[in-house]
Amino acid sequence: MAMPRADLAATPVLEMRGIAKSFPGIRALSDVSFSAWAGEIHALMGENGAGKSTLMKILAGAYQADPGGEIRVDGSAVAIGGPAAAHLHGIAIIYQELALAPNLTVAENMVLGREPGRSGRLDRRALAAACRPVLARLGVAFAPETIVGRLSAAEQQLVEIARAVMAHSRILVMDEPTTSLSSRETDRLFELVRQLRAEGLAIIYISHRMAEVYQLADRVSVLRDGALVGTLSRAELSAERLVRMMVGRDLSSFYTKEHKDPHERRILFAVRDVADDRRVHGCSFDVHEGEVLGIAGLVGAGRTELARLIYGLDPRTRGSLALGGKAIEVRSPREAIAQGIVYLTEDRKRLGLFLDMSVRENINIDIVEEDARWGGVRDFAAARRRSAAAVQTLGIRAAADTVKVGSLSGGNQQKVLLARLLETRPRVLLLDEPTRGVDIGAKSEIYRLIDALAKTGVGVVVISSELPEILGIADRAIVMRDGRFVGDVEARDMTQETIIALATGAAHAAAAAGAAP
Amino acid sequence: MSTEQSRAPDSASAPAPDRQAWRSTLQTLGMLPVLLLIGVGFELLAPRFGSWGNLSIVMQQASINMVLAAGMTFVILTGGIDLSVGSILAASAMVAVIVSLWPGIGMLGIAGGLLTGLLFGMLNGGLIALVRLPPFIVTLGSLTAVRGVARLLGGDTTVFNADLPFAFIGNATLLGVPWLVVIALLTILVSWFVLRRTVLGMRIYAVGGNPDAARLSGIRVWWVLLFVYSLSGLLAGLGGVMSAARLYAANGLQIGQSYELDAIAAVILGGTSFVGGIGSIWGTLIGALIIAVLSNGLTLVGVSDIWQFIIKGLVIISAVTLDRYRLSTGGQR
Repeated sequence: MAMPRADLAATPVLEMRGIAKSFPGIRALSDVSFSAWAGEIHALMGENGAGKSTLMKILAGAYQADPGGEIRVDGSAVAIGGPAAAHLHGIAIIYQELALAPNLTVAENMVLGREPGRSGRLDRRALAAACRPVLARLGVAFAPETIVGRLSAAEQQLVEIARAVMAHSRILVMDEPTTSLSSRETDRLFELVRQLRAEGLAIIYISHRMAEVYQLADRVSVLRDGALVGTLSRAELSAERLVRMMVGRDLSSFYTKEHKDPHERRILFAVRDVADDRRVHGCSFDVHEGEVLGIAGLVGAGRTELARLIYGLDPRTRGSLALGGKAIEVRSPREAIAQGIVYLTEDRKRLGLFLDMSVRENINIDIVEEDARWGGVRDFAAARRRSAAAVQTLGIRAAADTVKVGSLSGGNQQKVLLARLLETRPRVLLLDEPTRGVDIGAKSEIYRLIDALAKTGVGVVVISSELPEILGIADRAIVMRDGRFVGDVEARDMTQETIIALATGAAHAAAAAGAAP
Repeated sequence: MSTEQSRAPDSASAPAPDRQAWRSTLQTLGMLPVLLLIGVGFELLAPRFGSWGNLSIVMQQASINMVLAAGMTFVILTGGIDLSVGSILAASAMVAVIVSLWPGIGMLGIAGGLLTGLLFGMLNGGLIALVRLPPFIVTLGSLTAVRGVARLLGGDTTVFNADLPFAFIGNATLLGVPWLVVIALLTILVSWFVLRRTVLGMRIYAVGGNPDAARLSGIRVWWVLLFVYSLSGLLAGLGGVMSAARLYAANGLQIGQSYELDAIAAVILGGTSFVGGIGSIWGTLIGALIIAVLSNGLTLVGVSDIWQFIIKGLVIISAVTLDRYRLSTGGQR
């Protein structure tokens, strides 16, 4: 196994020192130092929101780091003011969402943005000829003339890699490259990544998955809450140690929940074998009256997809629902709301709020029909009343409830969205990342609200990528991985370690590592 | 105002309440100052312009476009477009005149025209809302196809009815106000009521503002879309009846040519966002009046037909540019 060949070069090909990045209200990165040597695979791990993507976006020139930090390529300081500069310094990034033009050919995509040829004329034959050796080196099966849209996800990823090789990149960042790959495709990808390492590239490999990091990495760095926790060499690597580094954060006291035993209560909402057979493969669970049920898992585990299936947004291939012991049919959000099941989207700006409409209108939009008179004429007095009451009880801070909801802070926007759902007096709440992009004050207010709702007998399902959140507010947690439930954890057994081990498959990886040392 | 601006750069991101109020007043006023400016200008150039008689003519000239633009406002508020209203108007006018020739029951021509418009509007709406085709393509298709239907209806000739039973719509007045104007203003009023006072109106804004969120919140987006295109068709049918009543005749080829462009221009001049979700029917009223005042005024001043086209086009573009500037310096969006 090739180790970092420090003897070949005295300096790492990439060095980031003291990188910090602040967004309004949030400190995304603070004083992160990170390096990569030629001929090394350096894995970057961390929970969702730990700052991995931010760090890589700074490297890609998509974000500018706060002043004070330094990026060195081959030992000399460089300024990466934009994607073009990143490319100039030999940095290539392959994002989770591939950035290819599906209507163009493989060859065209490989040179997109840096087309050769003079005076704008594109010589397709010469282009294909130039691309062919690169593709051959990577051992791919398709021709440079193939239209990219006809390729599989795995093949499209190869095109991205070929694009990086074509540009003579020396630093290759791969962000969760195996998310959409089968295990055979993953094996092939790993072979290729090792080949690139042997050719002297520095590869930064971002992943949540313990098993992959074990197989590939020469070094592993762990980020947590925007800071570097540490870097381990291959010899120091252990699943236990990595998990501890990823989660080891103090549980702040703002979770005031008293955990109750859910089995003393009656089953309120029963979900049986719900699936779309693509992202969700048959999930069953019960929500009891007054229970807060957490659904944990990594991004892409299928949690949001599951919630959307239950809510009737996407078509199910199978599965059934029962509310209060009676089977119910939910084929659309409209039917879900009518049955008393509401869903809080994880993407409030794109899928939740009507940003150009006022706070008052947003709070009322689900309930206007009920308030209306004479077959559809608005009752503005009722709307005013509801809005004033909701602003009061949820503590929504806005100059007036007539301002556009888009002008509020994230926390207040989230409260508006919650207020809208609560106006319909739901019996089951599906909350998808209820505190994402919300400041700490609003967070604890939302937790208190969830707790208060549960006390009234409502069943609350909280999908969250933040483990402390699940531990703090849920009575019980279900862990999801690859579209399936892989564990059901009672409150007394809930620790970050048990959940993250289930979610990443670390237990699995450790067993495999033990079997084949 | 100026001291406040020089004080701190963050005054733009956190506007004082009175400034916000001022800005929202400005936004509500929209193009009204432009309309008044153009009006005053024509009054100075051609003193006849401001006479009661001429203003009544301007209103009559604006009336059909107002009706079409009202329907177009609904459609554009959902983020769509209806290019077929001119053709639908032609087909409806043909049906209205043909039915009016039926002895004894000629008044049914009104219903015939309206129903024709509604039918074609529902066809558009069905294809857009249920088959989920892009509105531009569907209505571009019906722009052509319905024009063909209009010509077919009269065997590609002009149909006349000198004794049109509903001729009063085009020529008589109600308490001194021409019926055409009464109908147009009623249409605007009803549109305002639907958009601002009903659940349906709120949903139209919601669908235009964020269709994904609308679906998630249980709004039947398809129903809203079907409604707006059907309404646009119905109002084009009404425009057809008005036009037939004014002319005592209809010609499938000539009538309503490129009316859709004036209707769209009125909506855009009125400040309704092409993306959907933002706009008001009052803006459309003013937009339609600007277009009518321009045509009338330029003719009175003696500008040739050719130059009228050029000037009208430039006014539309510069008015919208002004609007964009006004909104962007407002700091919102």
